[in-house]
Amino acid sequence: MLIRKTPDIRYSEVTPKGLYLRRREFIHAAAAGAIGAAATLSPVGTARAQAQGGRAKLPNVRKSAFSTTEKINPYEDVTGYNNFYEFGTDKDDPMRNGQKFISRPWTIRVEGLVKTPGSYDIDTFVKPHALEERIYRLRCVEAWSMVIPWVGIPLADVIKRLEPLPGAQFVEFTTLLDPKQMFGQRIPVLDWPYIEGLRMDEAMHPLAILAVGLYGEVLPNQNGAPIRLVVPWKYGFKGIKSIVRIRFTDKQPRNSWEVANPREYGFYANVNPTVDHPRWSQASERRLGEFLRRKTLMFNGYGDQVAGLYSAMDLRRAF
Amino acid sequence: MKVFTLLRRTIFAALLVPAAALVYWTLTGEAGPNPIDFITDTTGTTALSCLVLSLTVTPLRRLSGRNELIKLRRMLGLYAFFYACLHVLTWSVLDWFFDWESMAADIVKRPFITLGMTTFLLLLPLAITSTEGWIRRLGRRWTRLHRLVYVAAITATIHFWWVVKVDFRQPRLWALALSVLLGFRAWWTLQARVPRSSAGSA
Ligand code: HEM
Repeated sequence: MLIRKTPDIRYSEVTPKGLYLRRREFIHAAAAGAIGAAATLSPVGTARAQAQGGRAKLPNVRKSAFSTTEKINPYEDVTGYNNFYEFGTDKDDPMRNGQKFISRPWTIRVEGLVKTPGSYDIDTFVKPHALEERIYRLRCVEAWSMVIPWVGIPLADVIKRLEPLPGAQFVEFTTLLDPKQMFGQRIPVLDWPYIEGLRMDEAMHPLAILAVGLYGEVLPNQNGAPIRLVVPWKYGFKGIKSIVRIRFTDKQPRNSWEVANPREYGFYANVNPTVDHPRWSQASERRLGEFLRRKTLMFNGYGDQVAGLYSAMDLRRAF
Repeated sequence: MKVFTLLRRTIFAALLVPAAALVYWTLTGEAGPNPIDFITDTTGTTALSCLVLSLTVTPLRRLSGRNELIKLRRMLGLYAFFYACLHVLTWSVLDWFFDWESMAADIVKRPFITLGMTTFLLLLPLAITSTEGWIRRLGRRWTRLHRLVYVAAITATIHFWWVVKVDFRQPRLWALALSVLLGFRAWWTLQARVPRSSAGSA
């Protein structure tokens, strides 16, 4: 059962290019025929059935001390109220238009200033890391918020494993470009594909994760299946979804929203109640499910952990 | 005549549907995880729809020669005001829960709110003076006063435009519709003037 082996290959064994190329062909072959068999192997792999519509539990998910104890928003909020313009600009578009999205097999390309460039199958990519539940607040730039029980892996661990070169100062992420499946990409509301980025020290912060699930289950399509970024102290648009490329670079990436409107959206996108969006106040937010607005907290309440990253910066200008 | 009465009643009933649906959806949870935003958007777009619909009456009447259509205009205008009231109430009660300070700050600081408020204040006197009594009392001045509706339609459209983040398809459609409707009037006004001036020069 060669197929069964694929997702079991440890990252260290994959690095030699020849092997990895053979593996790629292999994955493609597997995709053509025996997808199901490989699916049962890695934790995220169990998801294949789920990608076709069902909901699959993720096994062996650890709790984390980084989780908040606040009341979690219902599954319907988390999966029914999404900004994922690749599937349409209304909040319920992603839920409806994302149903048939094929998020497996899935390949992530690693590029740029890194020792281990190449294409990785999603399961191989995630496999070396233990899954953790991270219950985080999510604050959207549109002044609403929710509390979401993500399941993911620490981005820092992934980056360490990929071994960036000393010159790498930023990480850039790219979403899949596939207008056939992602109907929203047929309309030029943003400059597709979606791009986001982090400064290296931000990316290495223990709060930043790559999420592959929520509510203990495989990540639904509308939330960015199969893998997405979650950076809880930043506005939601930083949380790029359905990632196909991770690039290490010495230049600050041009993220999609900044490109779309540099006056309103910046690179940093830190939640900051003292810096208003030009068109609305960021001082307060509506937590979905609550009637009265609540005050927005600096760095979305994660200031104790992350403020140090920005101590030398003028956050009014670097918004 | 009978057909027209039926038409009028149908439109009257149809325009109650959005309000009824909003109440129903909110109570049944179908307004989604953020009902306040949903209600704001729905009342806003319905207000704008009614406003723009009210501007189709005169062109339709001219083109069709059916004068009784004029009776629809007041109803559509008042519906626009009705939904604008619901929209503003949603904003002040549900969204801000009488947080006057924040609301005042927004009216001053946020151009899209400023324009929303401007639109509302433009519609207010039109609604008040929509009665037979006021029409009689104001005479010619009534016609002039009610030209404010053009300004209101324009400010409402810009208000919508400024709400949007990047997907301008909807406000663009409204702007287009409005341009056509105002274009008709501009053209007719010009038509009415041209013969006079050419007569003068002849
Ligand atoms: C005091 C007056 C007003 C205020 C404070 C106000 C406020 C707002 C707010 C907060 C939004 C929602 C923005 C968002 O979704 O982020 C909105 C949307 C909108 N408003 Fe108003 N508004 C006012 C008057 C009006 C009037 C008089 C009209 C029309 C006649 C109107 C038409 C609209 C439309 C069409 C939208 C967009 C709905 C959508 O996004 O689908 N507004 N307004």
